[in-house]
Amino acid sequence: MSLAIDLATVWAFIIAFAVFVYVVMDGFDLGLGILFPLFPAKADRDVIMNSVAPVWDGNETWLVLGGGGLMAAFPLAYSVLLPALYAPMIAMLIALVFRGVAFEFRWRAQGERNPWDLAFAGGSWLAALAQGIALGAILQGVHVEARQYAGGWWDWLTPFSILTGVSLVIGYALLGATWLVMKTEGSLRDRTYRLSWPLLIAMLGAIVAVSIATPFLDVQYTQRWFAWPNIILTAPVPIAVAAVTALLFRALTNKYDYQPFFLSLALFALSYAGLGISMYPYIVPQSITIWQAAAPKNSQIFLLFGVSVLIPLILGYTAWAYWVFRGKVRPESGYH
Amino acid sequence: MFEGWDAVTLARAQFAFTMSFHIVFPAFSIGLASYLAVLEARWLLTGREVFLNLFNYWLKIFAVAFGMGVVSGIVMAYQFGTNWSAFADKTGPVIGPLMAYEVLTAFFLEAGFLGVMLFGLKRVGPRLHFLATLMVAIGTLISAFWILSSNSWMQTPTGHAVNADGQFVPVDWLKVIFNPSFPYRLVHMVLAAYLTTALVVGAVGAFHLLRDPQLAGPRVMFSMAMWMATLVVPIQILAGDQHGLNTLKHQPVKIMAMEGHYQSHPDGAPLILFGLPDQQEGKVRYAIEIPKMGSLILKHSLDAPMPGLDTVPRENWPPVPITFWSFRIMVGMGFLMFGLGLFSLWCRWRGTLFESRLLHVFAVLMGPAGFIAVLAGWITTETGRQPFTVYNLLRTAESASPLAAPAVGSSLLAFVIVYFVVYAAGVTYLLRLMAQPPHPGEAGLPREMPTRTAGITPAIERATQ
Repeated sequence: MSLAIDLATVWAFIIAFAVFVYVVMDGFDLGLGILFPLFPAKADRDVIMNSVAPVWDGNETWLVLGGGGLMAAFPLAYSVLLPALYAPMIAMLIALVFRGVAFEFRWRAQGERNPWDLAFAGGSWLAALAQGIALGAILQGVHVEARQYAGGWWDWLTPFSILTGVSLVIGYALLGATWLVMKTEGSLRDRTYRLSWPLLIAMLGAIVAVSIATPFLDVQYTQRWFAWPNIILTAPVPIAVAAVTALLFRALTNKYDYQPFFLSLALFALSYAGLGISMYPYIVPQSITIWQAAAPKNSQIFLLFGVSVLIPLILGYTAWAYWVFRGKVRPESGYH
Repeated sequence: MFEGWDAVTLARAQFAFTMSFHIVFPAFSIGLASYLAVLEARWLLTGREVFLNLFNYWLKIFAVAFGMGVVSGIVMAYQFGTNWSAFADKTGPVIGPLMAYEVLTAFFLEAGFLGVMLFGLKRVGPRLHFLATLMVAIGTLISAFWILSSNSWMQTPTGHAVNADGQFVPVDWLKVIFNPSFPYRLVHMVLAAYLTTALVVGAVGAFHLLRDPQLAGPRVMFSMAMWMATLVVPIQILAGDQHGLNTLKHQPVKIMAMEGHYQSHPDGAPLILFGLPDQQEGKVRYAIEIPKMGSLILKHSLDAPMPGLDTVPRENWPPVPITFWSFRIMVGMGFLMFGLGLFSLWCRWRGTLFESRLLHVFAVLMGPAGFIAVLAGWITTETGRQPFTVYNLLRTAESASPLAAPAVGSSLLAFVIVYFVVYAAGVTYLLRLMAQPPHPGEAGLPREMPTRTAGITPAIERATQ
C-alpha cells in the first residue's frame, strides 16, 4: 500500500464527512422551510426562523467545503459530476439563493403577505429535492468518456432519482420537526410532536424503498451488501436502523426534548453509512475510483495540513456559537 | 431555444453576469466589516453612545449585504464545475486547495461568528462580542487573500508543472500562492473594498446632513468617510500604478489592450486618452492622444519603445474595446474620488465640512463610485487576460464543460431572472435602511429586541405612526 492510496482514502473520508455535516446541519434548516406551509401564523414563523437565524450561514458553509474540497482533492470527480448533475445543481443553487436571502429579507418586507416566506419555503423544498435527485443520479452512475462527462443533460432524471429526491425532502422534514421539538415550547412544540410521527413513518418507508431499489441499479451493489463475507460487515447497518427506530418511537411517545432530534441524526448517519458502503471505492459509481480521481499527492498533503488543524478549530467555535444560542426560542422575548 | 448559440460564449456570459452581481457584495462587506470593528472599538474605548448607534445602524445593512454575498458566492463555487469542468479538472490540483483554504480559514470564521455578531451582544457581553466582530472582519480579509491568490495565479501562473493528463500540478506552493501579480492585486483590491465602503458611508452621511447638519451620527460617519477618501485615494492611485507596472512586466498584452496600442511605437508610445478601438481594423479611431506620454508613464522615459498588438498573433488578442473602456471608467472614478477627498479636506480646513451643501451633494453622487470602479477594474483585468483562463497556458475555449448550448443558455436565463428579482429587492431594502438616519438608542437587528418595543423596524414604525 503506497502513501498515495492512503491519502485518497483519507480524503474520501474527509469529503464524506464535510458532506455529511452539511446534510444534517443544513438538513434541519431546510426541513424548517419544508414545514413552513404547515405553520401559517406569523408568530410561529418568526420563532421557527429565529431558531436557526444565528447558525444557518455556518451550516451552509459545509456545502462550500464539500464542493471546494472535492475540486481540490478529486478534481476529476468534481469536473465529471457537476456537468452530469447540471439541472439539479443549478436548481439547487437558485433555490439556496431564495432560501438564504429570505432570512434577512423577510424582516424588511412591508405589506400583509410576506413574499419571502414563500421564497423560504419554496427554496427549501426545491433545494432538498434537487440534492436528493443528485444523490440518486450519482448512485445510478454517469456516462464518462476521456475524463469528461459524456451523457446528455437530462440523464439524471429517472424514477430512482425522483425516489431519492422525495426521500430527502421527507428526511429533512423529520430533522426540521424534531429540531423544533427541541427548540420550541407550548403549542408549537405540541404540533411538531404530532408532525414527527407521520414524518418518521414516511422516512422509514423511504429508507426501505431506496434500500430495495439500490441493488437493482447495479450488480455490484447487490454483491457489496449480500455476498459472503461482506454480509457480516453490512448486516449491522439495517439492525442498527431498527434499533434507532425503536428508540425514536420511545422518545416520541415519552415526549422527550432532545432525543428525537439526535436519534433522527443517527438515522441519517446510518443511511449515509449505507450509501458509503454501496459506493466505496468509487467516487463516480462504476466509472471513476477515488484513486483515479485523486489530485496529486502534493495537493492532497498541502490541504491535509489545513484540514487537520482547522476542522477541529471550526467545530470548536461552531459549537460555541450553538452554545451561545442554546435553549428554547421564546416568542415574547426574541433573541437577546 | 439557444440552438445555434455558442455554448462557450453563453458560459462566459453566465460567469460575467453572476460574478458582477457577486463581487460588489464582498467588496462592500470587506470594508463594512472592518468599519464595524472600528466603530465597536471606538465605542468600547470612549463609551460614547454615538458609536454604538452607528454600529447598530450599519450592522443591519451589513446583515442584508452579507447574506446577498453568501448566496451569490455559493453559485460561484459550483460554477467552476457546472460550466467550466475542463478548467476544474486541469487547474483543480492548484487552485482547488487555495479555494478550500478560503473556506476553512475565512468562510467558516465569518459564518461561525456572524450569528454572535448579529444577535449576540446581550448574550455574550461587549468584549466577547467585539471579538466576534473582529473575527468576522478578519475573515473577510483572509477570504480576499485566498481568492485573489487563486485569481492572480490564473493571471501570472508560477510554481506548477503539467502532468500526463494535462493537469496543472503544484510544485512549489509558496510560488503558487505568492505568484508575481498577487501582492499588487491584493493591495489594490482591499483598498478598493475599503474605499467602496467609505464612499457609501460618506454618501449616507451626506444625505442626512443635507436634511439636518446637526445630526450626531451622520456627522461622525461623514467625517470618518471623508478622512478615508482624503488619505486612502492617493495611496490607491499609487498602488494602482504599481499594479500596472507589474502587469506590464508579466502581462504586456493586457497593457496593450488597456492602452489601445494596436501598433508598435519604436520611439515612444502616445497616451491615448479617448477613442474608439476597432478590433477588426486593428486601430483606434478618433483617438485623442498625448504623444510620448504612454512611454513616460509605463517606462518612465519619453522615447522608450513600446511594442503593440501587431507583435502578437491575432488569435491571442484580448477584446480591446472592452478592456480599453473599462480601464478608463475605473481611472475616471479614481480621479473623481481624489477630487472628493481634496474638496472635503478643504472644507474641513475651512470648518464647513458639515455645512457645505455642494460637498454633500458631491458625496451623495459619489456613493456608487466605488462599485463602478471595482466592476470596471475587474472587467479590465479579466477581459485583458483573454483569450486564456490560465494566462498563455489554457485557452478559455478549452476550459468549458462538454454541455450543449440549450443547457447553458437556460441556466443563464434562470440566473438573470432570479438575480434581478432578488437583487432588486435587496437593493431596495438596503436603500430603505440607509434612507433612515441613525437614531439615538438605535436598536440592532429586529430579533434582538423584544418585538413589542422595537423602535425602528419598518412594520412597527408604520403601526405607531
